[in-house]
Amino acid sequence: MDIGGINPAVLIASLMVASVPIILAAIGELVVEKAGVLNLGVEGMMIMGAITGFATAVATGNPYLGFLGGAIGGAGLSLVFGVLTQFLLANQVATGLALTLFGLGLSSLIGQGYVGIKPPLTENVPFGPLADIPFLGTVIFDHDWMVYVSIGVCAAVWAVLKYTRLGLILRAVGESHDAAHALGYKVVRIRMLAILFGGAMAGLGGAYISLIRVPQWTDGITAGAGWIALAIVVFASWKPWRVLLGAYLFGGITVLQLNLQAAGARIPVEYLSMSPYLITILVLVIMSSGKGKAALNAPAALGQNFHASR
Amino acid sequence: MTGTARELLAVDNVTKAYPGVVANSDVSFSISEGEIHALLGENGAGKSTLVKMIYGLVKPDSGTMRFRGQAYQPAEPKAARATGVAMVFQHFSLFEALNVAENVALGMESPPPMRELSGRIRSVSEEYGLPLDPDRMVGDLSAGERQRVEIIRCLLQNPKLLIMDEPTSVLTPQEVDILFKTLRQLSAEGTAILYISHKLEEIRTLCDEATILRRGKVVATCTPRDRSAREMAELMVGATLTPPARAALPKGDIALQVTGLSVASPIPFGTSLKDINFSVARGEVLGIAGVAGNGQDELLLALSGELRTAASTIQIDGQPLGAAGPNQRRAAGLVAAPEERLGHAAAPDMSLVENALLSAAIRRKLVRGGFIDWDATRSFAADIVADFDVRTPGTHVAARALSGGNLQKFVVGRELLQSPAVIVINQPTWGVDAAAAAAIRQAILDRAALGAAVVVISQDLDELLEIADNFAALNEGRLTRPRPVEGLTIDEIGLMMGGAHGMEVAHHGH
Amino acid sequence: MLRLEKRPSPSAFWQWATPVLAVVLTMIAGGIMFALLGKNPVEAIRTIFWDPLFNEQFAAYSRPQLLVKAGPLILIAVGLSLGFRAGIWNIGAEGQYIMGALFGAGVGLALYPVETRWVFPLMVVAGIFGGWLWAMIPAILKTRFNTNEILVSLLLVYVAQNVLASMSLGLLRNPEGGGFPGSRNLGQIPAMANPELIPGTGMHWGVIAAFMVVIAAYILLQRHILGFQIKLAGQAPRAARFAGVNPQRLVLLCMGISGALAGAAGLFEVTGPSGQISIDFNVGYGFTAIIVAFLGRLNPIGILLAGLLMALTYIGGELASFMLGLPAAAIQAFQGMLLFFLLAVDLLTNFRIRFGTRKEAL
Repeated sequence: MDIGGINPAVLIASLMVASVPIILAAIGELVVEKAGVLNLGVEGMMIMGAITGFATAVATGNPYLGFLGGAIGGAGLSLVFGVLTQFLLANQVATGLALTLFGLGLSSLIGQGYVGIKPPLTENVPFGPLADIPFLGTVIFDHDWMVYVSIGVCAAVWAVLKYTRLGLILRAVGESHDAAHALGYKVVRIRMLAILFGGAMAGLGGAYISLIRVPQWTDGITAGAGWIALAIVVFASWKPWRVLLGAYLFGGITVLQLNLQAAGARIPVEYLSMSPYLITILVLVIMSSGKGKAALNAPAALGQNFHASR
Repeated sequence: MTGTARELLAVDNVTKAYPGVVANSDVSFSISEGEIHALLGENGAGKSTLVKMIYGLVKPDSGTMRFRGQAYQPAEPKAARATGVAMVFQHFSLFEALNVAENVALGMESPPPMRELSGRIRSVSEEYGLPLDPDRMVGDLSAGERQRVEIIRCLLQNPKLLIMDEPTSVLTPQEVDILFKTLRQLSAEGTAILYISHKLEEIRTLCDEATILRRGKVVATCTPRDRSAREMAELMVGATLTPPARAALPKGDIALQVTGLSVASPIPFGTSLKDINFSVARGEVLGIAGVAGNGQDELLLALSGELRTAASTIQIDGQPLGAAGPNQRRAAGLVAAPEERLGHAAAPDMSLVENALLSAAIRRKLVRGGFIDWDATRSFAADIVADFDVRTPGTHVAARALSGGNLQKFVVGRELLQSPAVIVINQPTWGVDAAAAAAIRQAILDRAALGAAVVVISQDLDELLEIADNFAALNEGRLTRPRPVEGLTIDEIGLMMGGAHGMEVAHHGH
Repeated sequence: MLRLEKRPSPSAFWQWATPVLAVVLTMIAGGIMFALLGKNPVEAIRTIFWDPLFNEQFAAYSRPQLLVKAGPLILIAVGLSLGFRAGIWNIGAEGQYIMGALFGAGVGLALYPVETRWVFPLMVVAGIFGGWLWAMIPAILKTRFNTNEILVSLLLVYVAQNVLASMSLGLLRNPEGGGFPGSRNLGQIPAMANPELIPGTGMHWGVIAAFMVVIAAYILLQRHILGFQIKLAGQAPRAARFAGVNPQRLVLLCMGISGALAGAAGLFEVTGPSGQISIDFNVGYGFTAIIVAFLGRLNPIGILLAGLLMALTYIGGELASFMLGLPAAAIQAFQGMLLFFLLAVDLLTNFRIRFGTRKEAL
């Protein structure tokens, strides 16, 4: 049952794969923003994760260690952001931009020796006969394990934010650092942990691009995925499940336009390639125009630096 | 409380210094179990630093504390709470976007599961006459209700010592009565209360003992019931004060007319203004009272022009300017001074010269053809500093370098020196020491005597009764009909301010 | 133990000393990075910062390049700095730069082969318009719908890059180019060229525009009420509103100016040093200009110096790549590092660092 040369089951399955990097990066950034920190360096952390993950996987021959390496790479760069913004009180917007510019340069420097190499293959999770179920088998039971991890992380973040004391404290710090400080919570420590988590998730997302989605290393491989992840957080109005929805929507558009390109649609390639960015902008407009409804969900202390003066 | 109460907390020779200022110097006092003890002093006398040390937020440089005879050195608030010390803050400790139960949970060491906690909040709130719905968002609560959240958060931990930092500044007179009943009930049950305030009559009605601080030192300890308010005031201020002088003046034409002003609040969790009507004549001072968060900030924004409405709602000297921005209104003669000095009335990192330009560019003609006349601006800033006795090393320093009182004098001076026809001021003397406050009030009255129409929005009733000719109150975004101050009783004022916000039945059965 | 103590007033000394300190720290950290890459750090730093200007062998070629590279960086950075001061974050200058080049070149090529001296000025106007128009998209979305201008302006870079690809392969492709992508070489068409005005200096119309913009921005910020409003809006948005500043107008203005200047920079580049529209004629000036703006402390004079320094790292980087085999990416990382150090030491402007926990009473 193909529609215009495109099989719906394959389309859904591939949009799930296409969305993984963005889900991971966006859910990480969501936690960071819930703690009241705006880290615009997602793109930089992702691409660092992409190269460190790639390098680790190639060096060890083990894709799983590669993902670990990617998470460490992303977290490492986010540590720089954390030190600058939390201890040295640097402007968060500027520091985030610096992170991206630096990450793009450093990744390309590290990546010099890795162009043209194929990374070790990541196996799909063996679901046995389940994968043979028509339609559902392709859509649900025929993926690498990171697809399930990305959904699991969304669920975990949702549960932690909603039901645990840790989540409550995190939200409190993002709402008002002064109040949290007055109650004796360690604002800087909590924010540092959130930033490191965000960095690790972005790095994991980056590693997914270089190890599974592409899979090889080229300069600028993330191609704006980090910025789209940032937009998805706004789209999701800081709700974990809506990150999943937003990322799948975006993944769907990406996959669809790729399929249209492959199917030789009459629209020029460049206009198909720009469509995900245009649609992301459109979605941002729709979300932010609702008389500030989405803005009300934003953590109140987002982007403000904290310094306990007295 | 019994006559031979055991000592609960003793503070011995505690000293704490910050760069440039000694906040506490050799402070000693003690509280017995079940005692209501007042800590009295002006802003900046060192009360806050002292209680922050007791609550573990700040460490003393030297000196010791004992709690029930044991050495007491809380490293952080957690340790203080574990010992049995709880604190109700004046500001900064509630989270608007979280609900009541979540806010309570954040202040507890090991809170029970949410559902159980909600039940306990309900039962404690009933027991102490403080009705509260655990599922409501704190941002939607009134100031008085928010205070209840803090009190209940403390009570759930069965504290031995409850610290209250200026608790009545956000309450109507009726709500104050209810709070005092709750505090007396707690005291009778054996909980000691450290009550911080600069309101003397309150302390005389409520407290058993008082420690008076001035410039970081204990200047006296007394039993408030045995002293007059005046005696305590002079101990607190260290000088005798004269109330502002004013002559009864004939009133002129209407300079500011507000008709049917309704506008949505631009502030998250703010209060929208609903059908506000009043007029102020030349030479008249209208005092607008109200508990914080009842639309004061919005009213200032709507009058200053930062918030726009239909043109006809606001008339300045007969010109309909409701739709005009701040500068057009300044051109018509209206000046305004917002409550928040740093960040709203003044830019913290800019110099006093730049801050002088901020609101005076139009009326003082400091800009010609788009270009700034810095010489004229500098001399205007210097005039403000000289005329209003602003203590500063010069006009080149950043606004944030000034103390609160000095910056307030600068901000008020900047507006008053523009020969305005209409003056709108929100909280003219908030956080300002008594001498500076008196000077500011006198300056406002002088301007009124020169024929300006003045609107003073304040939460300090004494201040309003001292300087206003007519009195109105804001309550949930509505303004009462203005009434002459002469002959108003405190009960009438309380009712104008909204009574006790649905708490009339709160203390039944106790 | 280290402690931070807020200064009562920002330090005037550190305001100017921090960029210098950041450059020194970056040289040290960069040297370590070069050493890790197996290069002699001292030699690498000398090749980047000294040889382009003073080595007899290279200076003749390198010195003019300094202005060629600094011109667009300064032009863009001055525009960005106005917005950054007001808290309006246009980070899509790269896209506006591309669109400026496309609009300008498009007008020129549409008139081809008209040979009058009005063609080039017309192209400049079109370039400015193109950049302005592209910046107006995030600006209007921000003022109308409160959409985040950071994300929109950045996402539009990717859109612009695709438009550029489409144009250089399609509409603007040189019909006599034998099917190769890329437009006619504008630099070789007299009516459209932006030539080196004084031989051996690298000075072209874009560089002159950059100098003029620096002066204009300096006057704007020092003496004009608009400059005051821009600073006020960035430092204290609520005070700005109180002072009668219309934040919406400021967004349109700052985004518009920065877009127009980026568009102009693109046009001067595509008619001069680059010569033609091609898929990758843009080399990231729009992003590097962000570093230049911060390094220059958002001050026009500072940006002038920072632009020259950053241009030097580009030229020196090329030289180091040629002489020492230092990867081009190392320079990009080096530039990013510079911004990090700048942001880190910026703290000294507003805070004092004290040792120990005890404070002395006065």
